[in-house]
Amino acid sequence: MRRSLFPRLGLLLGLLFLWLPVLLLAGYAFSDARIPFQWGGFSWRWFVALAGNERLLAAAWLSLRVAASAATLAVVLGGCIGWVLARQGPFRGRPLFGALAGAPLVLPDVVTGLSLLLFFVLLEGATGWPAERGATTILLAHATIGGAYAAVLVQARLATLERELEEAARDLGAGPATTFATITLPLLAPSLVAGWLLAFTLSLDDVVVASFVSGPAGTTLPMVVFSMLRLGLTPEINALAVVILLLALTSAGGALLLLRGVLGRR
Amino acid sequence: MSRPLLSLRGLSRRFGETVALDRLDLDVPPGEFLALLGGSGSGKSTLLRVIAGFEAPDAGQVLFEGRDLAGVPPHARPLNMMFQSYALFPHLTVAGNVAYGLRREGVARAERHRRVAEALAMVGLEEFGRRLPHRLSGGQRQRVALARVLVKRPRLLLLDEPLGALDAGLRERTGFELRALQRETGAAFIMVTHDQSEALALADRVAVLEQGRLVQLGPPRAVYERPATRFVASFLGGANVLEGRPDGAGGLDCPLLGGTLRPAETLPEGCTACALRPERIALRSGASGPNTASGTIEEVAFRGDDSLLLVRMPGGAVLRVGHAEEDGAPPPRGSTVQLSWEAAAVVPLLG
Repeated sequence: MRRSLFPRLGLLLGLLFLWLPVLLLAGYAFSDARIPFQWGGFSWRWFVALAGNERLLAAAWLSLRVAASAATLAVVLGGCIGWVLARQGPFRGRPLFGALAGAPLVLPDVVTGLSLLLFFVLLEGATGWPAERGATTILLAHATIGGAYAAVLVQARLATLERELEEAARDLGAGPATTFATITLPLLAPSLVAGWLLAFTLSLDDVVVASFVSGPAGTTLPMVVFSMLRLGLTPEINALAVVILLLALTSAGGALLLLRGVLGRR
Repeated sequence: MSRPLLSLRGLSRRFGETVALDRLDLDVPPGEFLALLGGSGSGKSTLLRVIAGFEAPDAGQVLFEGRDLAGVPPHARPLNMMFQSYALFPHLTVAGNVAYGLRREGVARAERHRRVAEALAMVGLEEFGRRLPHRLSGGQRQRVALARVLVKRPRLLLLDEPLGALDAGLRERTGFELRALQRETGAAFIMVTHDQSEALALADRVAVLEQGRLVQLGPPRAVYERPATRFVASFLGGANVLEGRPDGAGGLDCPLLGGTLRPAETLPEGCTACALRPERIALRSGASGPNTASGTIEEVAFRGDDSLLLVRMPGGAVLRVGHAEEDGAPPPRGSTVQLSWEAAAVVPLLG
């Protein structure tokens, strides 16, 4: 049977559109030239330089830590919000609560960043905490935004989850806590994992909000890369991008396998 | 009489303006197969959820062997429920689903395996223990749901439309299997259904619900042959309900029918309607007097073992008349027929 050429062509073009810039960037990471987009023969030298660039590595490490903690906090926060919205039934102020919970999804980053900065400054004035802005404030800010995404995912999943599943568990002798741990949580797991990954990604590449709520102590990777733009880029950035790309691909692949393992157990 | 397993005393439940249960009393002896029959909105599902503990009644008591279950949460109640959607846990295998209730009881591993295997064998699914629910057919899922509750060896099992999601062919067979399992386990079954033939075929007793009230309770044959109210008469088997006025001679004068209904017994005081089953009406020429009438055939529907005729009476009523196949082909549409029935077929209604 002759297969139509068109879908394949479309797929190829789509993949090229998405991946060509990334592949170019990755390719130039192995270039032995001082300027990021000049080919000077194959070399590992920028990876070696990257390994010695403590500022960049420290920023990358901070970014990963902030992203992981923010994502975890976001899933807990968003999980609670999603639960209340999906399961609490009508209560006073529910529409307002729902709208506010989703606000970070639609607010421009500049507004979110500025309002969080104001909040932290006022909070410090009132309670003395947070004493300085840095990793902690970025973490809280990112958890707020990520939490909104997680809440939407959890709420959507809960809405399609049959109430009768939990009732059946109760009927078979499980108390509320056991029902949650053995039925609700496993069925919610895919949306929790998805929410975590989404919040992690959002945190990892955020410049705007982080710049607002950060202080001298906290400089995340995107902020460093951004500031390097002004001073002149070096191919170390490309090398770093390759490392992050590999990390992201392996962790995404791992998560996929994990989910298959959890859901598709035969 | 032996002590009832379950007693309901004056149960009431309303949702806003809607009355789901209205001062309902019911006793279920051990080992009985009871069918709760009613249309949608009759409160039958609410009743099941109140017994299981998912809804609290506004008033009244649920007594299990004389013990009041008020305030006892669903997981601590000595009964189990099979849901209409089956509610199989999608992330657990068939065996995992069946074992779930035993794990909650803390049954030891070896004993658990034995009882799960036993329960799966009981419903004929020995080979399917390792499958996930989404890889089963509808009939197999129904059996898993059944095994999952029966493995707990409940003395009272609530079933919400257990055959509702099966196709017609499977329904009859599964119904018989359900009956056999009920006899085998000796548990009392309370089955909610809107399908009258299901209720009549399977149950020891049928309880008919209308707007949250229990309108009739009794063995299937008695409920079918002696409906107590207009609702039961028309809901079960589509009897003709004929309104009229007592004629003072033990009969009911029906202007809509253009004739008189005379039951075998004396007409009770205040009775203004009688039921007449379609299959008890015969086409017979030359009959006259009470319990006869004549009308025009308006519609003929062939139903396999019989035909249903809609006969327009001179008073305006449309009578449903059954015509058995062995009596030959029914008269064509538009022909005038004479109808007659025995006095025993006329059932006075009291509500």
